[in-house]
Amino acid sequence: MTLPAPLRALRRPAGAPAGLWLILVILAAIAAPLLTPYAYDIQNLKSAWQPPSASHWLGTDEFGRDLLTRLIYGARTSLSVSSIAITISVLCGMTLGAAAAWFGGWFDRAVTTVVDLTWSFPEILIALILVAIIGPGTTGTMVAISVAYLAQFTRLTRAQIMTLKGETFIEAAASLGAGNGHILFRHLLPNALAPVLVSAMLATGDAIILEATLGFFGLGAQPPVPSWGGMMSAGSALVFKAPWIIIFPGLAVAITVVAINLYGDALIAELDIRARIRRAV
Amino acid sequence: MYSYLIRRVLMLVPVFLAVSLVIFLILHFIPGDPVDNLLKVGSSPAARAEMEARYGLDQPLPVQYGIWLSRVMQGDLGTAIVARRPVSDLILQALPHSLRLGGLALLFSSVVGVGLGVLAALNRDKWPDRAIMGGVLLGSTMPSFWLGLILMLIFSVWLGWFPVSGARSASALVLPVLTIGLGGTALVARITRVAMIEASGRDFVTLLHAKGLSPLRIQLRHVLRHALIPVVTILALRIGWILGGAVTVEVVFARPGLGTLLIKSLSQHDYPVVQACLLMLAMAVMLGTLLGDILQAAMDPRVRAALA
Repeated sequence: MTLPAPLRALRRPAGAPAGLWLILVILAAIAAPLLTPYAYDIQNLKSAWQPPSASHWLGTDEFGRDLLTRLIYGARTSLSVSSIAITISVLCGMTLGAAAAWFGGWFDRAVTTVVDLTWSFPEILIALILVAIIGPGTTGTMVAISVAYLAQFTRLTRAQIMTLKGETFIEAAASLGAGNGHILFRHLLPNALAPVLVSAMLATGDAIILEATLGFFGLGAQPPVPSWGGMMSAGSALVFKAPWIIIFPGLAVAITVVAINLYGDALIAELDIRARIRRAV
Repeated sequence: MYSYLIRRVLMLVPVFLAVSLVIFLILHFIPGDPVDNLLKVGSSPAARAEMEARYGLDQPLPVQYGIWLSRVMQGDLGTAIVARRPVSDLILQALPHSLRLGGLALLFSSVVGVGLGVLAALNRDKWPDRAIMGGVLLGSTMPSFWLGLILMLIFSVWLGWFPVSGARSASALVLPVLTIGLGGTALVARITRVAMIEASGRDFVTLLHAKGLSPLRIQLRHVLRHALIPVVTILALRIGWILGGAVTVEVVFARPGLGTLLIKSLSQHDYPVVQACLLMLAMAVMLGTLLGDILQAAMDPRVRAALA
């Protein structure tokens, strides 16, 4: 019996530690209240500014809050904001890209023009403008991130469907009398799904960095809710006095994003879709 | 080639119009009255009327856009609300700093990135390849503002090699360039490596081997030249991306560039300055794309043939 690809990717040399780290972070984020001995928002000025120690593994911040606790709760915010944002982005991008490839004509040209236009702009700029319009906070960040990555998924889905449309099995389905809707939903979209989902996973890594950057500018989740970006924003002013405040959330972002990339790479190799992703981007 | 150039430049006109329309509309999407957004809090009714007349804010939207665009084309970007100076002055002050930083970062990432990519490709699947690609992956996953702060902590505070921030001396450029450059290096190294490996499999390389040329000479003289085409194109396309990185890094190192100006004006709700900064960054992105297309046509005869 062959295992499904996400599990097979876990058996690859780089996929194994990466996948385990991701599972660990996700479980920690879900079980945050069970794992943390401190509260993330209760201030205790007597224990402020403590470097890492046995009672506070990662030290404490300027309000005496335990940084490990805040890091684990921060994983909740950062992971959920970026994955929800990318999910919205994928759903909208797939609809738009499939519609453009399917209907063709002026609609396709309009979508392609807008997508090419936004695609060349740095995501951080698009996100900054949107947060300026919507206002800072979790919702603003989510909308900003999903719009910033919309072009990528629209482009990718459209490219997948355009290539698939010319394949023999589609022609065969059509000549057997399959209707338009049947071909689109039963043949084209399922075949386009794997590359889009893997890119979505890789984009979630970029989105974590983007969320952290917005948080760093004070535009992300608002205090006292911890997010990795917000923690680094607070720590940046104190970097010379208490470097541990900023070092650990940054490491958390970097290691998590590396893990997403390595696991994604293993998944791409396992599914054998490297060429299909590269051709489209 | 010339007709292609002219056509390609003309294609920028609709793109510029679309981008400028979006940037113009930002003012109208932001919550609140546009006139209030353009004025300091507590301005007199006279100032209000003057502002309305100046931007034609009592006119319908398309007319307003026309007025705004014609002013922008004449170099009149309005008056900064907080600084009370022409926005064009602020932009002209900030632009050289950003161009210097972006240019040096681009240079750093192309030179180091191509070097590392070649080294990795020559040692494909051996330890130098794995080490380089691993390091490159790590470098591209660290948030740039965090990397900047950590470099600052190590090299400026602990070792005291460079100034902590500002733009008073040339040595203050080293850490910001390094911070932005490392992200770009990752991208360039990855593309160079793949392009080298792909080009090595071509028929003309087999022929060169059959002719008895030394493998290193083939790689550096023939394969690399072939592989540089996608590298240059993608690098030019990613100029906007490097500028995006510059925005955050400028803020971290307190450099008086466009990024710092943009973030400051965003937090002060100084919308004329925000619009001008975005317009500048957008134009840089468009010029980068143009440059990429032209370079590709100049380097690759096949592209030229397809366009003719």
